[in-house]
Amino acid sequence: MTPPVAAELGLCLCHHCHLACELERHPHVCPRCGAHLHRRKRSAIARTWALVLTALILYIPANVLPIMHTSSFKGDSTTTILGSVVTLWQEGAWDIATIIFVASVGVPVTKFLVLGLLLCTVHRGSERSRRDRTRLYRGLELIGYWSMLDVFVAALLTALVQFGALGTIEPRPGILFFGLVVILTMLATLSFDPRLIWDTDANDD
Amino acid sequence: MSDNTPLIICEYCDAVYQRPTLAIHQQAHCVRCGGLLARPHLFHVDHLLALCVTAIMLVAFLSFYPVLVIRTGGQTHDATLVDAVWALTEGPTGIMALLAAFSVVVVPVTQVALLTWLLGFAHFRQRAPGFRGCMRWLATLGPWSMLEVFLLGALVAVFKITGRIEVLPTMGLLALGGLSLLIIGMAGRDVQRLWDELP
Ligand SMILES: [Zn+2]
Ligand SMILES: [Zn+2]
Repeated sequence: MTPPVAAELGLCLCHHCHLACELERHPHVCPRCGAHLHRRKRSAIARTWALVLTALILYIPANVLPIMHTSSFKGDSTTTILGSVVTLWQEGAWDIATIIFVASVGVPVTKFLVLGLLLCTVHRGSERSRRDRTRLYRGLELIGYWSMLDVFVAALLTALVQFGALGTIEPRPGILFFGLVVILTMLATLSFDPRLIWDTDANDD
Repeated sequence: MSDNTPLIICEYCDAVYQRPTLAIHQQAHCVRCGGLLARPHLFHVDHLLALCVTAIMLVAFLSFYPVLVIRTGGQTHDATLVDAVWALTEGPTGIMALLAAFSVVVVPVTQVALLTWLLGFAHFRQRAPGFRGCMRWLATLGPWSMLEVFLLGALVAVFKITGRIEVLPTMGLLALGGLSLLIIGMAGRDVQRLWDELP
């Protein structure tokens, strides 16, 4: 048995407090929390595309530019994200290398692919595997911020290793681009509306 | 519990349901998309307030106590949360320092402050002044707290330096773990019930 949809009952979900609002009595504003009511997030597709594409462009300098600069008595060196993964792997720290690789490459690439897939299928009005696509979206919400990991690692190393016997570690612009990619992909996930997946018609899978 | 909203709507597919009555450890999922609709509350409001007071103490602790300490050749280096954020202000990554400060300092501290305000009044069965605004801010800030990512970052930083020098995982790391768990537990769905419980 399929449950009724909010639109059929003249209801609208308030995004802030999750109240089921009757549109007839309260057409614009949630009676409980005062937030503006929208049946779907506004221009969700266009906003999400814009944020995803910007993030994708910034992801290039995030990987090409160095994220850290180390200077010590052994000499100076700059590392990129992938470079640090490779170095860790070669030193035998494959567990840390895996964590950083998953957080810095796996998670962002997955987000790009999944958001692209969701946007394309919604645009075509696809009715296939809607349940699975909704599940993918929930996955995006969960993994969202974990790619911030490298930014925090760089920050902590910089704060710890300064002017001592260890030399000095400084952040480099790669970390800035990388942080922006994380923020933009999080905003993209937030501006996408998973209910669009279900807006195709009345038949269920 | 007064329930003036008998209907709930799935936030992922817009399906409408009657609000179910759930036993402990039961969860209601949407039959259409599988999304989580409702689950029973883990804590009583007064328990939440107690957790909140604990969180305040952890915040105070973390603002002075270092998260990481390393010792090398007689020198000791340590870093608090704020030191780590401050380190990003050097060089070309200034904006990143703002984003980091936002996600590991401003958001968690604001969340704890808002929760204290709301739960303190809820203890006396009252809505705090500015209740609606505070609740909406709490919902908006939800996805932007990144303490748990910072915690993993601290562990990775420890491993990146160990082997070459001595690192002391501190009470600060434990406090950070505790605080991130408390914030996940308190600021999530559990606090949303204040809408229903405080008329
Ligand atoms: Zn509302
Ligand atoms: Zn659903």
